Amino acid sequence: MSPIDPEKLNSVLATDCGSTTTKAILIERRGSEYRLIVRGEAPTTVEAPFEDVTRGVLNAIMEVEELAGRKILDGERIITPQKGTEGVDLYISTSSAGGGLQMMVSGVVKSMTGESAQRAALGAGAIVMDVIASNDGRLPHEKIKRIRHLRPDMILLSGGVDGGTTSHVAEMAELLAAADPKARLGAGYELPVIYAGNKDAVGIVKERLGKKVALVITDNLRPVLERENLGPARDKIHDLFMEHVMAHAPGYRKLMTWSPVPIMPTPGAVGLIIETIAREGGIQVIGVDIGGATTDVFSVFQGVFNRTVSANLGMSYSVSNVLAEAGLANILRWVPFEIEERDLRNRIKNKMIRPTTIPQSLEELIIEQAIAREALRLAFEQHKSLAVGLKGVQQERTISDTFEQTQSGETLVRLDQLDLLVGSGGVLSHAPRRAQAALMMLDAFLPEHVTELAVDSIFMMPQLGVLSTVHPRAAKEVFEKDCLIRLGSAVAPVGPGRDGVTALSVTLEMPGGKREELSVPYGYLRLIPLELGETAKATLRPEKGLDVGEGKGRERVVTLKGGVVGLMFDARGRQPFRLPEDRAARIAKLNQWNEALSIYPPRDAAKISEANLRPVEAGA
Amino acid sequence: MAHSYTPGLKVTGSTTLRRERKLPLPGDVLVQVGQRVSASDIVARTQLPGNVQAVNVANLLGVLPEDVEEFLTKPVGSHVEKGEVFAESKSFFGLFRSKCHAPVQGSIESVSKVTGQVLLREEPIPVEVDAYVDGTIVEVHPRSGVTVETRGAFIQGIFGVGGETCGELRVSVSGPEAPLEERAFDASSRGKVIVGGAYVTTAVLRKAIAQGVKAVVVGGFDDHDLRQLLGYDLGVAITGSEELGITLIVTEGFGSIPMASRTFELLRSCEGRHVSVSGATQIRAGVQRPEIVAPAADGAGAREGAHDSVEGGLKTGDMVRVIRQPYFGRIGKVTALPPELMPLETEARVRVLEVDFGNGSRTLLPRANVEMIES
Repeated sequence: MSPIDPEKLNSVLATDCGSTTTKAILIERRGSEYRLIVRGEAPTTVEAPFEDVTRGVLNAIMEVEELAGRKILDGERIITPQKGTEGVDLYISTSSAGGGLQMMVSGVVKSMTGESAQRAALGAGAIVMDVIASNDGRLPHEKIKRIRHLRPDMILLSGGVDGGTTSHVAEMAELLAAADPKARLGAGYELPVIYAGNKDAVGIVKERLGKKVALVITDNLRPVLERENLGPARDKIHDLFMEHVMAHAPGYRKLMTWSPVPIMPTPGAVGLIIETIAREGGIQVIGVDIGGATTDVFSVFQGVFNRTVSANLGMSYSVSNVLAEAGLANILRWVPFEIEERDLRNRIKNKMIRPTTIPQSLEELIIEQAIAREALRLAFEQHKSLAVGLKGVQQERTISDTFEQTQSGETLVRLDQLDLLVGSGGVLSHAPRRAQAALMMLDAFLPEHVTELAVDSIFMMPQLGVLSTVHPRAAKEVFEKDCLIRLGSAVAPVGPGRDGVTALSVTLEMPGGKREELSVPYGYLRLIPLELGETAKATLRPEKGLDVGEGKGRERVVTLKGGVVGLMFDARGRQPFRLPEDRAARIAKLNQWNEALSIYPPRDAAKISEANLRPVEAGA
Repeated sequence: MAHSYTPGLKVTGSTTLRRERKLPLPGDVLVQVGQRVSASDIVARTQLPGNVQAVNVANLLGVLPEDVEEFLTKPVGSHVEKGEVFAESKSFFGLFRSKCHAPVQGSIESVSKVTGQVLLREEPIPVEVDAYVDGTIVEVHPRSGVTVETRGAFIQGIFGVGGETCGELRVSVSGPEAPLEERAFDASSRGKVIVGGAYVTTAVLRKAIAQGVKAVVVGGFDDHDLRQLLGYDLGVAITGSEELGITLIVTEGFGSIPMASRTFELLRSCEGRHVSVSGATQIRAGVQRPEIVAPAADGAGAREGAHDSVEGGLKTGDMVRVIRQPYFGRIGKVTALPPELMPLETEARVRVLEVDFGNGSRTLLPRANVEMIES
């Protein structure tokens, strides 16, 4: 295949084969810039009766043809390169169909090489089914049983620093050999196992596993305690994903021949675009994609990229698991009306068994958004616990660090340093009012100080991620102009306060020179409209004990970006953020916040519930 | 735009069904193509390798890993009884002995010269696969299993728990709206598949379990009761391996919901027949719904072509069932299919349809929230 010359790309067709829908986008060069032209979609066809992913891809492309009014297909072939107005210069694709890439990882010490292996697999876009380690508390036969029971697509075996002891790695290899694991797809091929551990144990690992699995050796992902080297293991995961897993999924062999660029696992591609955005803007970013079955969280802090996937937190297939993990009380705390526990439980289960249904009444939408807050919160908690500095590392300290009680393994995710929070996935991207998405993200993530919020309009980050590997500028231009919908900036003082007492005073210099003075009481939320593309110079004066980034009680002058929602001054409290425990007071507070951002049609939460709900008035 | 409605579940009086019955590992197939089988006949058999126990002999005997093999009392591959000494070391002219006792019955699988571990493999676990449905073997997959074909009534539920079972079908309620009550069960219920109406509680199911009922088929069930029945909150809908002593199939959803009259009438028409039932549900890639298969004794269908679900596009005049609040469970006739996106109360703009619930008034519903049933 000839190398791709970015300068010659005038049109790109990109698809993402999701577990339920295949989405296609057409990007064209218009003048000097690249823009999204149209988007089409069709059901994914990996399952019976079709069992050929290319059918869904062709259907999605046909919709693109119809919408764009141009010919791309010649029968069942994509016309490349573009000739006149026909065809496209490049076709690329990502995939998470058939359950995505499912991996099992193994390390010697769970919190050290085990965690590094987990980060390598997650970063490559995999779902980690289990982490097996010498010290994971399970007996050898329990581990073997577990390995046999899981049928991963791939296993990543790591452990030990280079030059260290080999016996623990040997033990893990022996367990693996004894379990004789089988691959998930296709009984006829050997399970790919990547070894990325102590280089001195390569011989032993080869001897134990060489004949039982498709063994691939790569560089140690933790060559020394103080350093992770995840790149080679991630690259191998991507290679094997193509060679083994995708090649055995129905129709993928054909799909792979359509594109000169390897097909990437969807989350791996999203990670790439987030990394690009953070790097190019020099900013700290969190991205979240809440789907039907899983929720992915991506972050880049201090240049370190992390990704986690919460395999069973989602809004349809996994909605019931959100209830199981968060507990009913945590979901109910976001619902601004009375609802019986039995009724809510049944509604959630009915969504689980009929996952494609959508909320018709406002009451149903409010419940769904309450569940989303908890799914996002839990996924973010998991992310924070995995996106950590290396554990077991002796830290060098200077005199100035002496008074800071930091320890190794602290989370890298610092909400006070976060610049941009990007939400994606149906419940956020398709929320009827953009302010609903903004408030869901504020409630779930509790960003601190000053943070910009955005949503991915139609979830094209996967396609842009893979595009960034061949044409970073085109990917960035489309991301900035067509993908991101900027909601606005949130300002949230950190620290305790008393409800109703002024927490923050603000002077805003609005576009056109108009000045606005604003005072936000503790426990309240205020919205100041500021259009997309506009900025306002804000002088933030937090009260004593509260911090907006310059220290407690200290003034900060900052430029705030507008958006489709505006400027959100969130003085509801951070560290702690607490909802009133009293039921009526809590409902009153929720209604007050909802009204402040005008997230629902006025008073309808009560009105539409007249038949079967008893609305509680504020303060009742 | 992709079709945006849920294809209905299959509820048919007569169909030809094939079910693959496969072993988890290669083994022996016990039947031949053309052979008639009944649901409980064993069609294939194998032995799963036993679990593995690792014993760190080097540590226990205080010897070097590379020397462990010398201290085995039996060679690799030998059989050992539970408690039997399989490795020992002697020191100080044989006066002090350290011994390793086998924690399980099995065989010595391997010895590691690096870790000093000895792996003991437990006895193989026999695995058998039955035919599941009364029918005929139409295909043998060498060493792995068979395909059984049957003809008869076929009803899919929306959700189930518990595995495969079979028994005589009995309807124990007066109609699809009636809840299934404790008094429906007595000694004569043993081994039966009981059809209820709108609802059942865990308390009633416990009575059914006590009476030896094989399965219960009902319109609705509360999640609250499901939690009591399972002992935990079900997070992801992958079921079928629960060991509850009964299989439960829900045809409509969670809550008290009358069983669709067509489903109920079809089940009633199968009363007395020997049916096969599976509660296994998987709502994800490779969707699997619970099912009731009622093979016809004479090979003919109960009522030819009764109520196949429709998987084509929606059209005016089609009957649909609403599968989400606020009209959950109601059945109506499609009166219009406006092509444009319409706003809902939530302000979302979606594709809708207009439905008459039989009272003359017309209601707009999202297309995603109905499933089709044949009139």
